[in-house]
Amino acid sequence: MTAYLLRRLVSLSLSLVAASLVVFLIMEVVPGDPASFMMGINADPSAVAALRTRLGLDEPLPWRYLGWVWGMVQGDFGISYTYRVPVSELVAERIAISLPLTLYALALSTLIAFPAGIIAAARRNSAADLSVMGATQLGVAIPNFWFAMMLVLVFAINLRWFSAGGFPGWDEGFWQAMKALTLPAIALALPQASILARVMRSSLIDTLDEDFMRTARAKGLTRRQALWSHAVRNALIPVLTIIGLQFSFLLAGGIIIENVFYLPGLGRLVFQAITQRDLIVVRSVVILLVFAVIVVTFLVDLAYAAADPRLRRRRS
Amino acid sequence: MTPYSTSKAALSILALGMGLGLAMGSVPAKAANMDATIGMQLEPPNLDPTGGAAAAIDEVVYANVFEGLTRFGADGSILPALAESWDISDDGLTYTFSLREGVKFHDGTDFDAEDVKFSLDRARADDSTNAQKALFADISDVEVVDPSTAKVTLSKPNGAFLFNMAWGDAVIVAPESAAENAANPIGTGPFTFAEWAKGDRVDLSRNPDYWGEAVKLDKVTFKFISDPTAAFAAMMAGDIDAFPNFPAPENLPQFEADPRFSVIVGSTEGETILAMNNKQPPLDNIKVREAISHAIDRQAIIDGAMFGYGTPIGTHFAPHNPAYVDLTGQSAHDPEKARALLAEAGVSDLTLSLKLPPPSYARRGGEIIAAQLRDAGIDTEITNVEWAQWIEDVFKGKNFDLTIVSHTEPMDIGIYGRDDYYFQYGDPEFKAIMADLDKATEPAARTELMQAAQRKIADDYVNGYLFQLARTGVADAKLKGIWPNSPTQANDMTAVYWED
Amino acid sequence: MTMANAPEGGGVRAALGHPAFIAGFVLSFFFVLLALVSFLWTPFDPTRLDIPQKLQPPSLEHWFGTDHFGRDMFSMIMVGARVSIAVAFVAVGVGMAIGVPLGLHAAAHRGSLIDEVVMRGNDLVFAFPSLLLAIMITAVFGPGAINAIIAIGIFNIPVFARLARGAALSLWTRDYILAARVAGKGKARISVEHILPNIANLLIVQGTIQFSLAILAEAALAYVGLGAQPPLPSWGRMLADAQTLISLAPHMALFPGFAIIITVLGLNLMGDGLRDLFDPKLRRGRT
Repeated sequence: MTAYLLRRLVSLSLSLVAASLVVFLIMEVVPGDPASFMMGINADPSAVAALRTRLGLDEPLPWRYLGWVWGMVQGDFGISYTYRVPVSELVAERIAISLPLTLYALALSTLIAFPAGIIAAARRNSAADLSVMGATQLGVAIPNFWFAMMLVLVFAINLRWFSAGGFPGWDEGFWQAMKALTLPAIALALPQASILARVMRSSLIDTLDEDFMRTARAKGLTRRQALWSHAVRNALIPVLTIIGLQFSFLLAGGIIIENVFYLPGLGRLVFQAITQRDLIVVRSVVILLVFAVIVVTFLVDLAYAAADPRLRRRRS
Repeated sequence: MTPYSTSKAALSILALGMGLGLAMGSVPAKAANMDATIGMQLEPPNLDPTGGAAAAIDEVVYANVFEGLTRFGADGSILPALAESWDISDDGLTYTFSLREGVKFHDGTDFDAEDVKFSLDRARADDSTNAQKALFADISDVEVVDPSTAKVTLSKPNGAFLFNMAWGDAVIVAPESAAENAANPIGTGPFTFAEWAKGDRVDLSRNPDYWGEAVKLDKVTFKFISDPTAAFAAMMAGDIDAFPNFPAPENLPQFEADPRFSVIVGSTEGETILAMNNKQPPLDNIKVREAISHAIDRQAIIDGAMFGYGTPIGTHFAPHNPAYVDLTGQSAHDPEKARALLAEAGVSDLTLSLKLPPPSYARRGGEIIAAQLRDAGIDTEITNVEWAQWIEDVFKGKNFDLTIVSHTEPMDIGIYGRDDYYFQYGDPEFKAIMADLDKATEPAARTELMQAAQRKIADDYVNGYLFQLARTGVADAKLKGIWPNSPTQANDMTAVYWED
Repeated sequence: MTMANAPEGGGVRAALGHPAFIAGFVLSFFFVLLALVSFLWTPFDPTRLDIPQKLQPPSLEHWFGTDHFGRDMFSMIMVGARVSIAVAFVAVGVGMAIGVPLGLHAAAHRGSLIDEVVMRGNDLVFAFPSLLLAIMITAVFGPGAINAIIAIGIFNIPVFARLARGAALSLWTRDYILAARVAGKGKARISVEHILPNIANLLIVQGTIQFSLAILAEAALAYVGLGAQPPLPSWGRMLADAQTLISLAPHMALFPGFAIIITVLGLNLMGDGLRDLFDPKLRRGRT
């Protein structure tokens, strides 16, 4: 198993290196010069040239790539062109919104998905199962930005229970901040909860059909006892995988929701940086996100290996 | 100069009042009304007005945190600021500025002529990253006569020099703090920078040591809300006291109907034009450009894209300027004439590229113009571009047929004299008019030349002239003193107060 | 999950007896039909502006109301269906056309360098935040329908490569494949003649699901302004236009949203139905 994990680790690190090249090169060929953008249309060419030099854009390409990677290895993610502060500082500010939002959305989706999935699996083909399945079908079909707009229309514009966007900051108090994150978290959680509920249900059904479940029933456990003691625990493996994937997806995937609600989170930071050609911010943040995905993927692999002894043998 | 001769007296009375107010301690209800939260659509990338072109920088710091030798008044007039007065030599080459004394930067250092020399020299230096370096191009020397006198020598007379010194790009900074202004702006203004919660807001607090008339607000918060729906909801909820440049004109009727709000409609310096690439065939043919100009229905664009806010223009000049000539009739909406002109030019099956930058005047206006051109037999291929790409592709690369953009710099008709400017006009006759204008000092002669320039570009159908961008703001009905117009990109908070 | 088998005899009859499949088929086919009809007829010209008629609520004349330029929303949704379906279909097609051969090849040469490269390439694409990468790609090539196809297509390649590889790997151990190898058939030929037909069901099911995801992705890209360019209507951009007007004209946001939801719902139901029909084990579990 260790060999397998080591191999995964090496290949994931290679992915990281490849990702850094891809991101660097994509942002290199994006049309639009950061210096001209910052200086605007009436800028004197000499002023633009001076800014390019100051930003280090004059140096040769491989040199800049290596400088960037070497900086990151040392924990220095560079200095934003437009904000003129270290990227790490920007990321720290933004992650203070994106991370809680992601966790909030995950908590909501798990809270909805677990009972829904378990009920549906326990009473297969009952009315409850059919309505859960129907609701999840709808849940995955709704574009989350559209759902977000509807939430704004109903809860912010008509009922005025929540503000339509913006983030007051954590120093305004925990509940104020959580309130501002509530609509975005609901919008993010809906499709995730639907997916999770479906995975929960089918994974439970699969385990319920397995031999060891029959053994458990034969041992005299009631259906319900068997469900709780054996099935749920065994069904958790695929569910855990999905949650892991959703975490990394949500961390960056909130970009559109962050735009709808005008939340200064990570996704929005990158989106703005792309339009402002703040190349260093785009590169460094995307690599951080890729890194996060890779770490989560690896952790999921670890969890798999630890949770399922059969898997250890099968995989290696 | 009247407001300034009385300002000292007003200052002492106010100071007395302030002292009393402080002595009595602040009453909570009153304290709440000493703050104002101002909404802005775009967040500034940094807070240094001398190192970037983003309008949002000036919208936060101009007149609030930073001051120049001169400044713009609400009506666009040029007022003294850090320079109390000035003498201009007879040849128009030497400006001797008498500076205000006792002025301190927010970090406690004194303001004097050395700072003026430093700021102007820094802006015009070879390695300067000032976005409006051209403002300083005519300066040949800055001399410190004594701590309160600075002498600026020009290489040639420039009638617009005092106007140039009023720009946000020409504010006076201190050598001790200039390098840090991007993140921690240190100026001489009536507000000091307090905090910047990135992605959300910038807080300014009242500067207790301000040299001039004390401001009436203790704290100003600029809150950044780019999404018009969120802006609407934030205004309605009272989270924001004023949105001087409200991003969605379609919502204004709802504010007008609500007595809690006042809608402030003013004008800007933004001539919104359908720019044409004058060197790109067939647009190099004046008949084709004339045809396009006649194909455009300005009122439909103003109604459809701006929900009725905006003034039609027939040339590149602000209608609120006394020298403006109304030439809209010369390119009146007439699709039949447009077709006839195209036939005359021998052009058929014309397809033109139309590149649209992000603002809604361009994106919405572009869809309307595309439909109008189609009615006149011209097809367009729309591409929505971001600003960075627009600058690269359209502005620098000149790789476009048509684009829509609002030229928001004040008095910028001079761009038509530049050969390398993106719409590639640079007509010699026009340049001659501009050269005469630079030399002319008599107001009557200047007006005449400005009108000749307006007529010349209208006669040549250089661009399609659409409308003067309106400034549509919303404010709490009790909040007074917000600039209705924007002679420059600014949210001057110095005169803003709450009415009881 | 077990390997997909060929549908049992009377596939059509089985399909007709599967309500979810029927519902899904009807819903998604309805929009395909709308898209096709839009080539011949729409109630109004979807690009014609009629500014005095702007923001009209739904009426007998304008079934879904008008937008901020007075365009007929129903006509726009009809033409928008064309764009959404075409972009999603081609993007999934591209993903399949590149991903499946890659996956088959990797499976045929298991453990080889090519296999390794394909799998690591998959990891790489999966590790990227998909929407961000799509936005970066459209920032490079500029917005437009073709570039939306590229951006969405890229993410479909690894999905199909992984699926095809996994399915093919388990087939390679089957007796009849071994027989074919003994008979001297080349790996490529076996992949095409024996493996591809046997994983086709699986690919069709996944293709349907990916199709629905691609419609959502197209809508998201168009919503941030990176899809098809005006005047060609697109559902995502209609939603973006509606956003600032949502308090004045909610119908502008409702109808394009419903169109997306119904199409995606239809495709998902159809995909699930197909899976049931192709996989008797699961069907037993269901009915």
